[in-house]
Amino acid sequence: MRPNRRWWTVAAAAVALPILLTGCGASIPVLQPKGPVGHEELKLIIFPLILMTCVALIVFAIFAYVMIKYRARPENADYVPPETDGSSLLETIWTVIPVLIVVAIAIPTVIVTFRLQKPPTTSTAPAKTVSETPAAASMAAKTKQKPLVIYVASAEWKWLFSYPQLGIETVNYLYIPAGQPVDFQLTAIGPMNSFWIPALGGMEMDMPGEDLGLWLQADQPGKYLGRSAQYSGSGFAHMTFNVYAKTPAEFYNWAANIKAHAPQLTTAKYESLLKPGQVGTMAFSGDINPNNYNGSKDMTGMPGIASGMPIPGTVSPSSNTSSSSMSGMSMSGDNSSGSMGGKNQ
Amino acid sequence: MHFANTFLMWKEGPLIWISDVLIALASLGILFVLWKFKKFKWLWTEWLTTVDHKKIGIMYIIAALLMLFRGGVDALLMRSQLAFPNEHFLTAQHYDEIFTTHGTIMILFMAMPFIIGMMNVAVPLMIGARDVAFPYLNAISFWLFFFGAMLFNLSFVFGGSPDGGWTSYPPYVENLFDPGPGENYYIMGLQIAGIGTIATGVNFLVTILKMRAPGMTLMKMPMFVWSVLITSALIVFAFPALTVVLGQLLIDRLFNAHFFTTTGGGMPMNYVNEFWIWGHPEVYIVILPAFGIFSEVVSTFASKRLFGYSAMVASMVAITFLGFGVWVHHFFTMGAGAAVNSFFGISTMAIAIPTGVKVFNWLSTMWKGRIRFTLPMLWTSAFIPCFVLGGGVTGVMLAVAPADYQFHNSYFLIAHFHYTLIGGTVFGMMAGLYYWWPKMFGFKLDEKRGRWAYWWFVIGFNVCFLPQFLLGLMGMTRRMYTYPSGLGWWIPNFISTIGGFMMGVGFLLIVYQIVWSIRYGERDVTGDPWDARTLEWSLPSPAPEYNFARTPIVHSRDEWWYIKQGKYKQEFVESEIQPIHMPKNSGRPFLLGLCMFVAGFGFVFEWYVFVILGLLGVLAIMLRRSFEFDYYHYIPVSEIVQTEKSLGRL
Repeated sequence: MRPNRRWWTVAAAAVALPILLTGCGASIPVLQPKGPVGHEELKLIIFPLILMTCVALIVFAIFAYVMIKYRARPENADYVPPETDGSSLLETIWTVIPVLIVVAIAIPTVIVTFRLQKPPTTSTAPAKTVSETPAAASMAAKTKQKPLVIYVASAEWKWLFSYPQLGIETVNYLYIPAGQPVDFQLTAIGPMNSFWIPALGGMEMDMPGEDLGLWLQADQPGKYLGRSAQYSGSGFAHMTFNVYAKTPAEFYNWAANIKAHAPQLTTAKYESLLKPGQVGTMAFSGDINPNNYNGSKDMTGMPGIASGMPIPGTVSPSSNTSSSSMSGMSMSGDNSSGSMGGKNQ
Repeated sequence: MHFANTFLMWKEGPLIWISDVLIALASLGILFVLWKFKKFKWLWTEWLTTVDHKKIGIMYIIAALLMLFRGGVDALLMRSQLAFPNEHFLTAQHYDEIFTTHGTIMILFMAMPFIIGMMNVAVPLMIGARDVAFPYLNAISFWLFFFGAMLFNLSFVFGGSPDGGWTSYPPYVENLFDPGPGENYYIMGLQIAGIGTIATGVNFLVTILKMRAPGMTLMKMPMFVWSVLITSALIVFAFPALTVVLGQLLIDRLFNAHFFTTTGGGMPMNYVNEFWIWGHPEVYIVILPAFGIFSEVVSTFASKRLFGYSAMVASMVAITFLGFGVWVHHFFTMGAGAAVNSFFGISTMAIAIPTGVKVFNWLSTMWKGRIRFTLPMLWTSAFIPCFVLGGGVTGVMLAVAPADYQFHNSYFLIAHFHYTLIGGTVFGMMAGLYYWWPKMFGFKLDEKRGRWAYWWFVIGFNVCFLPQFLLGLMGMTRRMYTYPSGLGWWIPNFISTIGGFMMGVGFLLIVYQIVWSIRYGERDVTGDPWDARTLEWSLPSPAPEYNFARTPIVHSRDEWWYIKQGKYKQEFVESEIQPIHMPKNSGRPFLLGLCMFVAGFGFVFEWYVFVILGLLGVLAIMLRRSFEFDYYHYIPVSEIVQTEKSLGRL
């Protein structure tokens, strides 16, 4: 029973695990980002990992050497270890080197931290595969040369998305144009959540009374999984949504289609959506009216409105379409709308 | 029937029924054994009323091990649930309660008492003192912790457990989203135990600063004493923040205030800030004493002086200051802005520098030593690689703010802090437990059985938490009660569950080892079974009530080592044994804890009769104490001489 034996266990596990998993075809979205933000962040995962692993390997090597060489054995029973108090030279060396490593990591950290506050600049617009309908073209004109803004609000336990420039809302799924930066504006109605699409880049919290921003961009069309990374009660594990990155033409065709065919979101429908529970995917059309909704009597204590920030799906009470199904849309049911246990129900 | 359904939770299913039965059986069993062996009086006079730091320390450690069991069972329930995708062994609500109690218990009712237990057992002996500065307060600290922990644990079978996570962020934990007594249990359990902890911090700060034996300057203190001094300072400055934030949350919940809701001008971020102003130093409160223990263990079992003592002290002081300046790294993704995130990212990375210095100094201490692989040394040798990997490498990675946007609240983070808290704190406490066990009880724990436990636990630990780094990168977040198939998550989760159960086996083997060793363990007749270096080993095992018959005069660090080497002769302040002034036992600390428990219970259910009765009891006990003048006694010389003779010391 030598202490270095567990080394082999650790090393074997470390090597075997990724191999095992890649063998199963599993994806590791954080390590395989599909957008410029995720790529920036990946660089800052790999770089410190390499630097720190070098340090760790040195420590492990010294540690293994010491453990083996200087262990007590019957042969060295009469060995008397020397009296040493310390060594200014050595201690200075292993203070200065970590300082240099920290500086080396700190510089890119600061640069990227500031850069991620701004929209990604690399634009890799995918090739057109379909042509835009006239309605779509007029919508596209509204956001041309501008980032697409999407308001995100979490409620117990669903995601409400609103496209203020386009006048449409979705619940529990997102369409975004590939190659275009997306400006997510996050808030919460009720408890905090955290908006996370690992394949596109990092997360940001959404909090009641706050309006936090997150820039993300998809380079290529694809389907990515998003979820909440902040616990918010018993339905939290099911707070997932799919993100469909499409070519701009496909995206605006989709948006025009929603605008034309999806039902209007009424205040009553909106308030029923805010009640704790899970729902499936939905889409609505409607005009954003930033200072319309201020929380109903049922939902006191749940205001999700930061000053000046519109809430998704706020419409004039005159429209009274009660249907909420996405008839005509070719959406797969991504979230089961099954009931779930929880004391709030 | 309504009462039973609401409070005894009879509808909640078999887990609760089994627990009810087990608790009833265990309680009856304990009462029966006490009655059978007529030990009630012994329990009361020897333990419940004691003000002896050694016994209080032992009680802390026993409580910590019991809580390790409870928190461990919680962990295994969670790991069982996550072993396969789409599993519904636990409901979401039940799972939420379990991870909440697991986290809270492990940090506050396992790690904290374990550390405070070690402090109590070792510190006065190491500095040549007869007790802590305030023995009566020390007993109060223990009973406040104990009853706080009991109140928290009661939630499982009476009224419902908290389900807001151990960080308990509003607004989720406010009444609107989280009604019921669960969160009140969290608040009151932590509040009562926290008050006790603050008192412990004050107590040890004063003990170490004022009660060292003559000659022991600050820079001659053993490294563990230094770590406790720093920890006590951290406690005194950090815990009041917890007291305040829990008080605010309680007022929010009981009296509908709006400290942390957005209605009425409240702000949830205030909670998050206040919580982590306590919470981040808390991380160092639980790791620094472990560093101290490793320092003692390494120099003892390598038979070498600690390398770079003053650098070690400087590192710990640096960590203390940095520890208070980095709390924002717990919420990089809460919109603090680039400048703030940069500042806190860099200050967090900077902690790696003093920590690195400590690691290299431990390695240098072992360099050219003669390392004996006893159990304390084995746990220390497991600590170094685990901590370097889990604390150093991944800690710096998490400090990189943009990268943290991908790690935050994911299993990567879970793996990281379990590597530091288990690989650092738990391994450290195990090392300390084995190291000081002979001093506490007069016999050694069996090495062979201990090695079995060690391998099961340490290998299981790595099998459990290494895959979780990967799970985080795959997008799995913490506190998910279930996950769908097809994401590639189940293999790492399954491996992790196997590791968790291996740790469970390790724990059972430790219990077996202790039970076995009580009967057959090697008795320590020398008082110095490890050929160690510091003053506590100059005493018989276990040390007598008064610790030192005569107060030693200290000449250097590693005093006892040099006395054994013949470099100095042991000197004492008193030339002859004199009567020793000691505090009297008292039942009031126990009763005070009980009254706090009653008051806390009243707050939990808003039954204010209990609150008033409990607080009146607390007040009465404090008043009684203020008018007490006959609280000490002298141990006569004849008795000391007799005790010392029976221990072979005269």
